[in-house]
Amino acid sequence: MNSRHIISLLMENEAGALSRVAGLFSARAYNIESLTVAPTEDATLSRMTIVTTGSEDIIEQITKQLNKLIDVIKVMDLTEGQHIERELMLVKVKAVGAGREEMKRTADIFRGRIIDVTEATYTIELTGTGSKLDAFLEAIDSALIIETVRTGASGIGRGERSLKV
Amino acid sequence: MSGLAGKMQHSLTVAGQTDYPHGFTNDLICSQFMEATGAEIVVRCLAEEGVEFVFGYPGGAVLNIYDEIFKQNKFKHVLVRHEQAAVHAADAYARATGRVGVALVTSGPGATNAVTGIATAYMDSVPIVVVTGQVPTPAIGMDAFQEVDTVGITRPCVKHNFLVKDVKDLAETMKKAFIIAATGRPGPVVVDVPKDITAHTTEFVYPASIEMRSYNPVVKGHSGQLKRAVQMLLEAQRPMIYIGGGVVLGDASKQLVEVASLLGFPVTNTLMGLGGHPATHRQNLGMLGMHGTYEANMAMQHCDVLLAVGARFDDRVIGNPAHFAREQRRIIHIDIDPSSISKRVKVDVPIVGDVKHVLTEMLALLKQAKDKPDAALTAWWTQIELWRSKNCLKYNKQSSIIKPQYVVEKLWEVTKGDAYVTSDVGQHQMWAAQYYKFDQPRRWINSGGLGTMGVGLPYAMGVQLAFPDAQVACITGESSIQMNIQELSTCKQYRIPVKVLTLNNGYMGMVRQWQEFFYGSRYAESYMESLPDFVKLAESYGHVGMKIEKPEDVEAAIKEAFSPALKERMVFMDFITDAAENVFPMVEGGKGLSEMILAEEL
Repeated sequence: MNSRHIISLLMENEAGALSRVAGLFSARAYNIESLTVAPTEDATLSRMTIVTTGSEDIIEQITKQLNKLIDVIKVMDLTEGQHIERELMLVKVKAVGAGREEMKRTADIFRGRIIDVTEATYTIELTGTGSKLDAFLEAIDSALIIETVRTGASGIGRGERSLKV
Repeated sequence: MSGLAGKMQHSLTVAGQTDYPHGFTNDLICSQFMEATGAEIVVRCLAEEGVEFVFGYPGGAVLNIYDEIFKQNKFKHVLVRHEQAAVHAADAYARATGRVGVALVTSGPGATNAVTGIATAYMDSVPIVVVTGQVPTPAIGMDAFQEVDTVGITRPCVKHNFLVKDVKDLAETMKKAFIIAATGRPGPVVVDVPKDITAHTTEFVYPASIEMRSYNPVVKGHSGQLKRAVQMLLEAQRPMIYIGGGVVLGDASKQLVEVASLLGFPVTNTLMGLGGHPATHRQNLGMLGMHGTYEANMAMQHCDVLLAVGARFDDRVIGNPAHFAREQRRIIHIDIDPSSISKRVKVDVPIVGDVKHVLTEMLALLKQAKDKPDAALTAWWTQIELWRSKNCLKYNKQSSIIKPQYVVEKLWEVTKGDAYVTSDVGQHQMWAAQYYKFDQPRRWINSGGLGTMGVGLPYAMGVQLAFPDAQVACITGESSIQMNIQELSTCKQYRIPVKVLTLNNGYMGMVRQWQEFFYGSRYAESYMESLPDFVKLAESYGHVGMKIEKPEDVEAAIKEAFSPALKERMVFMDFITDAAENVFPMVEGGKGLSEMILAEEL
């Protein structure tokens, strides 16, 4: 049974760190749905969030193989416990005539913000879980979508649960 | 002019004694004396690590390093004839001694030639450090002459790699490289050093040790799991111990033999585990897997409790995992690498830790235990002896053509089982594994995981240099040997007296065997036409060449090769063997372990 997992990890913020992780996934034929990475408040550390799908065995192997990378300090499968997931999406849509108001209303319902406007377009910013962003794209007329850009998920454990060195 | 020259000389003379010429302060001169170039640092780090041999090949990017090697006498540099061989030789040195092997190559093609050697060491978890030259840092990414992304190319086949971008990081990086290579599950580490870094200077301090927050290999096994394991072993009706390369690499052979003897359980080794438990021991059932013995494979398939030590249940060992899982058995798995556990086969009691450490603790628990191994063990041994009585390694000894198995058996007899044996890859490798009875660890040096043809001769060189007085034999085939035949020249230069035994059947034997079995005997490109005269070839390098064509000459040839008269000489024995011979038993790819094809005579 394949299921979706969000794996968070801390690694040394060294040149090539990202390619070690990306290379591991391609070399062992693991899925990557999304991968985001940026330095943390400690500039020597990078935090990476990987969304992947696989059976329990595969996910176990993924976490073990990630831990095996010399630069990786800690690995946590966020989906093993309570967690919060957020993704940012920017969508550029056609917004003309009656559809312009309709688009604004739909964006409001999804708590999106219009961050750029032209006579014929809106650029809407949305955050939420991946499925909420999917839902927004389903809710609007696909013919109106000019461009979408998504960051991939970031995640954090709820409550006291944390990933720290 | 002459006046000026005279004056300069005068100033320098004075400077060398007491005073300094104008413009030279005391501080500047002192710091110049304390600072070292990157090249000096590389060489001094190797000396600090107690490196005996550096196997390498010079080139533009490493000339500064070679200049420093020229000036030192702490270690010996061995000039190979191809960078691949440098890495193989360093790898074999590490396998035979347990110390970290070192290779040095230049940038670009030097590094790419080294990749096969690095991947070979990686697959078998061998600790080596490979220093590669790189183009100067400002030229990186410019498609400079002899530039490749060495860190990128080697990333999937190293335990770790580094690109040194600042000479200040060089000594620390070298230290990290040696620590990472040798500890935990060992493996190759590449240190890529741009040429300008080898010219830059900094103060040289070699750290005694380094803490890495991201790297802390586990040593001790979980005590609760250990207790469970011991209980499970004592309750076993049909137990089996299955050991891999981890027992050899972890120097845990002594502890393993003690545990096995105390329990009285049967033991099987993987190809990489040969010598981890003595082959001539009554409890030893020989190698298991694709070309394992009948008794080892049957016992592995039908055991009810399996103790796996430093092994990884790979495809050549257990065959089809679904077929293997058909029989109910509980598995205890000791390994230093958590990712080796439950990778291909689900285990019941995982114990992550250094095998020597874990086995020592297990031994203590077993000695304290009130229970003794289950009485059912006797019946199990009766069954095993029945399997063993099939004598699955039997072959035709009346043949008028030399049987390859016979050559290996004779080698074992002549060397009294005490040689270091390297092999290449193919049929001869399997025969070496089946018929040379290794009673000690670190004696069998071969490419198990990657299966690299061409390792045999450079492996033998690395071993012989490490142990100049030992008997070192390279069992190879006429195809494999040609993949690094240029090293006959290295053997000449350093007078490395290895003995090569080529089992020459004119074919890439294992390819031919598969084509016979699975491709309707269509021998596509597996016949080695236009072979050289190996005797003349060896002689042209100043070695001793022998061609042996009759079974009755085999023993005498091997005896002569290992005789005191030829102790200092490299001997190349070309045995013309039966081209139709196949390796048995055999488990076809995708088949179950107990579905073996046995030799026709049986």
